[in-house]
Amino acid sequence: MNWVFSFFILGGIFVGAFNGKLDSITPAAMDAANSAVQRAISLMGIISLWLGVARVAEASGLIDRMSRVIAPLFAWLFPSIPKGHPALGCILMNLSANILGFGNAATPFGLKAMKELQKLNPRPDTATEAMCTFLAINTSSVTLVPATIVALRASAGSRNPSEVVGAILFATMCSTLAAITGDYVMRIINRKRSSWR
Amino acid sequence: MTVEMPGFSWIIPFIISAVFLHGLIKKVRVFEVFVEGAREGFLIAIKLIPYLVGIYVAVGIFRESGAVDLMVKVLHPIVDFFEVPADALFLSIARSLSGPAALGMMLEIFDAHGPDSFMGRLASTLVGSTDTTFYIIAVYFGSVGVRKTRYAIPVGLFADFTSLVASVYIVKKMFG
Repeated sequence: MNWVFSFFILGGIFVGAFNGKLDSITPAAMDAANSAVQRAISLMGIISLWLGVARVAEASGLIDRMSRVIAPLFAWLFPSIPKGHPALGCILMNLSANILGFGNAATPFGLKAMKELQKLNPRPDTATEAMCTFLAINTSSVTLVPATIVALRASAGSRNPSEVVGAILFATMCSTLAAITGDYVMRIINRKRSSWR
Repeated sequence: MTVEMPGFSWIIPFIISAVFLHGLIKKVRVFEVFVEGAREGFLIAIKLIPYLVGIYVAVGIFRESGAVDLMVKVLHPIVDFFEVPADALFLSIARSLSGPAALGMMLEIFDAHGPDSFMGRLASTLVGSTDTTFYIIAVYFGSVGVRKTRYAIPVGLFADFTSLVASVYIVKKMFG
């Protein structure tokens, strides 16, 4: 992340200097910082609401019951998470929200899942295998109901807004499969390189 | 990202009422428990701010400077090899960096080519099939203080690239 971060900032400023855009870089950076805080504040309410609801579902045993159904799949995807660990419930909620196309509802569960996964981490500054797998699935997005896209197509005057749903399903399945495979391969390579898991 | 499909507007109210009903049946002190969870959410959001500022500023500088255009030019040989339109590659890169930017570009393409054109359909498929890789990785790892992300970024970018190639393939196949 340090490399990517520095690459974006230094590369951006370097290229900007060449393009004669140094004047507009400062306001762009300020604007970006400002909208980051606004984004966090607008997230605050949604995160609080969903983690509140999730806590109720957790206390009543609802999440437990749901994770038991999907446990075999998760045991295969996340072999390093002990059975019945709270992280699994959060991952389940995050992926369900993503699958239904509620990106805003997915983030709080995703962040909670990371918090739970961190408790299993022997080296707090380094990502674990389970975290990498979770993020691989997350960044490749497993959307079954691309609600935002369909709505935006409709608002742009498409004759058949939902005609792309099949194509999206195909592409998202390919990318999720690629993510799971890539993650698996990298995990094996990394294990061979160091004995630490 | 607040627009939702009309037919699905009942799902969230349904989930919330099902959760509270189940809680009441199981004799959970729903309000106290809710507040406890909400407090945790509040703290997560606060902890998030510095990481969000970092990623937003980095992406903002990168985009404003024209570095993204340069990257598209540099990557041209790969683009030609996979027969991907340059616009689509640009959109795919934006998709990994910023959700709103990608949605904005998609709308631009809708305006320029129409939502039912080849580019319009391709843009829809592309934006719908992956997520904001850099944002998710920075925010999720940042929220728990993980600094060494190991192979998460290469795997995420590999998935994004797969989605680009798959999108071009399927849109050509389905809509010709």
